[in-house]
Amino acid sequence: MTEIKAHPVDGLLRTDRIPHIWCPGCGVGTSVNCFTRAIEKVGMDLDKLHVVSGIGCTGRVAGYINVDSFHTTHGRALAFATGLSLSRPDSKVVVYSGDGDLTAIGGNHLIHAARRNVDMTVICVNNYTYGMTGGQVTPTTPDKALASTAPFGNYEYTFNVPHLAVSSGATYVARWTVFHVRQLTRAMTKALRHKGFSFIEVLSPCPTLYMRRNKLGAAVNLMEYFKENAVVQDGADTATVGLESGETIIGEFVNVRKPTLKECYEERMSEALGDEFVPYEGDK
Amino acid sequence: MSSKNDSTTETSPKGTVVLNEERCKGCTYCVRFCPTGALEMTDRLNPKGYRLPTLAHPEKCNGCDLCGMYCPDFAIYGKRLKKKQQEEE
Repeated sequence: MTEIKAHPVDGLLRTDRIPHIWCPGCGVGTSVNCFTRAIEKVGMDLDKLHVVSGIGCTGRVAGYINVDSFHTTHGRALAFATGLSLSRPDSKVVVYSGDGDLTAIGGNHLIHAARRNVDMTVICVNNYTYGMTGGQVTPTTPDKALASTAPFGNYEYTFNVPHLAVSSGATYVARWTVFHVRQLTRAMTKALRHKGFSFIEVLSPCPTLYMRRNKLGAAVNLMEYFKENAVVQDGADTATVGLESGETIIGEFVNVRKPTLKECYEERMSEALGDEFVPYEGDK
Repeated sequence: MSSKNDSTTETSPKGTVVLNEERCKGCTYCVRFCPTGALEMTDRLNPKGYRLPTLAHPEKCNGCDLCGMYCPDFAIYGKRLKKKQQEEE
């Protein structure tokens, strides 16, 4: 083995903070690995890429990627990102957060950011639990799964996250697992190039607080499960892709182009005000 | 790219892996998902006490870098060897 230790994606990481805080086998690290490769593939100007995260294990991503980043309050990553996207129209804003942050605490922001088709990319790492705060139930915890706030098993209905995004108005929606690294990288590349609200759900193992409590073995066992059981159905009706059926349906579900919030605003204002309206072109 | 001569392609590896032992947390993803089965876990521990993988079968490695894509800790990566390096190995 040679002595060169720099990893190919070290240029996009804050290497002084690595090794990171994620547990051995945590899927967040693999998804960040795919994300850095997608950034490289798109070849974007790093001064025009902003990563916004909320709170949680996945919320730490903003601290490890070496671009301008925001570590915001719990659930409000999308609210911060909406403002950032509107005030820097020439930039790409990426929200990188977890299922608890985006679908539970920030659920309202998620549906309205999707409804308004704000130009941003949302990467939602779904590990079925609140990892950082001790393994509580989230809206994505499967039926009967144990959690610290459900010692006899979860009895709530589970969110179908891609269906939530599509029905709220997202224009690019995909779901992959951290096992499907090449497909995930390709989806992230597409989402970064997409104009409008793009949403990727990444299914990921939480070996410490979800899998150990539910006696599912090591992280690699869930990866094996994804390898053997995940079914790729591109363009599937998102109403049928809920995880409660026991099937893991993955793929690119929706990819359409719709006017974004800024485009709609400018069109309406030009119609109403005519020449008096001066569109905002960013802070020059 | 590869030589027409079969004996050369069999004996000289097409790629190799580089491991940053201090970053590794021993999750075994690289070993489990290596498409050619070139990596294996060892009983060797790093300073934090995690078990380390190793390139047990260097002749099988083709430098595809799938280990580098799976690694959640940015610790391992594969790289293809140029023809001259292949002969040296």
